[in-house]
Amino acid sequence: MIKVTFIEHDGTETTAEGDHGDSVMSLAVAQGVDGIVAECGGGMMCATCHCYVDDAWFGKTGPRSEGEEDMLESAVTEVKPTSRLSCQITLSDDLDGLVVRLPEVQV
Amino acid sequence: MSDGHVVIVGAGQGGLQAAMSLRQEGHAGPVTLIGAEDGLPYQRPPLSKDYLKTGQAEKLVLRPAGFFDRKAIDLRTGIKVDAVDRAAKRVRMGDETLAFDTLILATGTRNLIPPIAGISRALGLRTLADAQRLRGSLTRPRRVAVIGGGFIGLEFAAVARSFGHEVHIAEAAPRLMSRVVSPEMSARFRAKHEALGTRLHLGNGVIEVTEIGVVLANGMEIVADLVLLAAGVRPNTELAEAAGLTVDNGVVVDPFLRTADPHIYALGDCCAFSDSRSGIMVRLESVQAATDHARAIARTIVNGHQAPYAAVPWFWSDQADWKLQIAGLAVPGATSVTIGEDTVLRFSADRLSAVETINNPKVHMKARKLLAQETVPTYSDLAARNFDLAMF
Repeated sequence: MIKVTFIEHDGTETTAEGDHGDSVMSLAVAQGVDGIVAECGGGMMCATCHCYVDDAWFGKTGPRSEGEEDMLESAVTEVKPTSRLSCQITLSDDLDGLVVRLPEVQV
Repeated sequence: MSDGHVVIVGAGQGGLQAAMSLRQEGHAGPVTLIGAEDGLPYQRPPLSKDYLKTGQAEKLVLRPAGFFDRKAIDLRTGIKVDAVDRAAKRVRMGDETLAFDTLILATGTRNLIPPIAGISRALGLRTLADAQRLRGSLTRPRRVAVIGGGFIGLEFAAVARSFGHEVHIAEAAPRLMSRVVSPEMSARFRAKHEALGTRLHLGNGVIEVTEIGVVLANGMEIVADLVLLAAGVRPNTELAEAAGLTVDNGVVVDPFLRTADPHIYALGDCCAFSDSRSGIMVRLESVQAATDHARAIARTIVNGHQAPYAAVPWFWSDQADWKLQIAGLAVPGATSVTIGEDTVLRFSADRLSAVETINNPKVHMKARKLLAQETVPTYSDLAARNFDLAMF
C-alpha cells in the first residue's frame, strides 16, 4: 500500500493508502476528501482535482501529462510550478509518503 | 441562509452534486437524497468506456458511505418516488410520505425503446447493472450488433473491437452522432471506426431483432449473438407531469432552473431549459449540465436570487485513442468551418456557437473560454485571424 497525505486549505490532514496504479484523485475521492471535486472522473475534461505537490515530492511525481497543461489553465485557483491534476498522478512505490496540498476551491 | 428540508429525487451525479453544493453553500436544514438504484451514487460516463475494460466498479463510486453521514445528507437508495403532492409539499414512496420545503427533480433519463420487433432481446447500457451484464458477455468471442451510432454505441463498439469481437453498427440516420456533431466530424469518425474494423450501416436502421441477430431496413440480415440497444434516451418526466408541471422534452424550467412551482427545481438530463446564447429550449445529456445546474440551484436556494444560468456546455466521448471534445452548442442549421484534421468550428447567425475537436485539449479549452465571453467572436472576426482561436 502507498500512503498519501492530503492537506486541505484549512489545514485538515487526511492520510490514505492506495494501490499501485491508482490515481491520487481516485484515492482522495474514495476517502471523501473535500478539497477534490473530480467532476469528470479522470476524463481530463475539467480541472477540479487540482493539487499542489509538496516541494519535497515534486521531483518524483514526473512531468505534467499531455493536455494536462491546457486543462490546468482553467483551474480556478492560482497555478503554481508544483500544480498538477491529481487524476494524472499515478501511485507507485516511489510515491509512498506523498504529500499534496489542496486549493481553497475547485469550481 | 436556508434551513428548510430539501428533498432531491434522483441520486445520480447531478442529484449528488446538488446535495454537496447545498452543504458547501451553507444550507443548514436537512437534505434527503433519494435514488431508485441500489448502492452509492456512481459515475455513468465510464460505463461505456474504462469500466468495460477494467471491470472496476469500486472506481465508479462518487463519494464513500461515510461522506454522507459527515455532510448530514440522508441518502436513501433503492427507493422509487411514486408521486409529488405539490399542495401538501410532500413526496410519496409506497406507503411513506416525506414533507419538503424545496424539491429538486434530478430524475435523469432512461433508454428509448424504439418500436422494433423483438427489441426486448437487445441489452441496454445505462446502469452499472447493464454494464456488468455486457462486460460478462464480452469474455468470449462475440458477434456484436449495435443499434444506434451515437456516443454510447460508438464507445461500446470501440471497446468491443479492441477485444477482437466482430462489430456491426446500424444507424437509421445517414451519419454518425448526427444529433450532436457536424457532418464533417461525423465523417472523420466514420473513417476511424471503419479503420478499426467496425462495419457501419448508415441510413439503414434495425427493423427487427431476431433469435439469430438483426434485420436492417434494406433487408440485410446480420448474425449477432449480442445486440446492444443504444438509440438514445428519454427524460424521466412522469413525476413532474403527474404533479401538473409543464413537460416538453423534459421538465420545463426558467433561467433559474425553477419550474412554475417556486418550490420545485429540475436539473440535468431530465430538464428543458433555455440556452442562454441562442434562446432555444434545450435538454442536455451531460455531466457538465447536471453539475452546473446543481451548483446554480444550490446557490439560489441558499443565497436567494442569482444571475440567470449561462454556463457553456461541454461534452466528451472517448472512442479508441480519440477523445472527441465539444464546447458550446450548435443549433440546427449551423454552418461549419473545418480547421486541419482535428477541429471543426460551428457558427449560427454568423457567431461562433460550438467547437468540436479530436485530441486537442488546447483548442477545446480556449473555445470554452471564448464562448463564455459576453461577446463571442463572429465569423469575420475569426476569418481575419485565419480561424486560429489562439489569436484571441
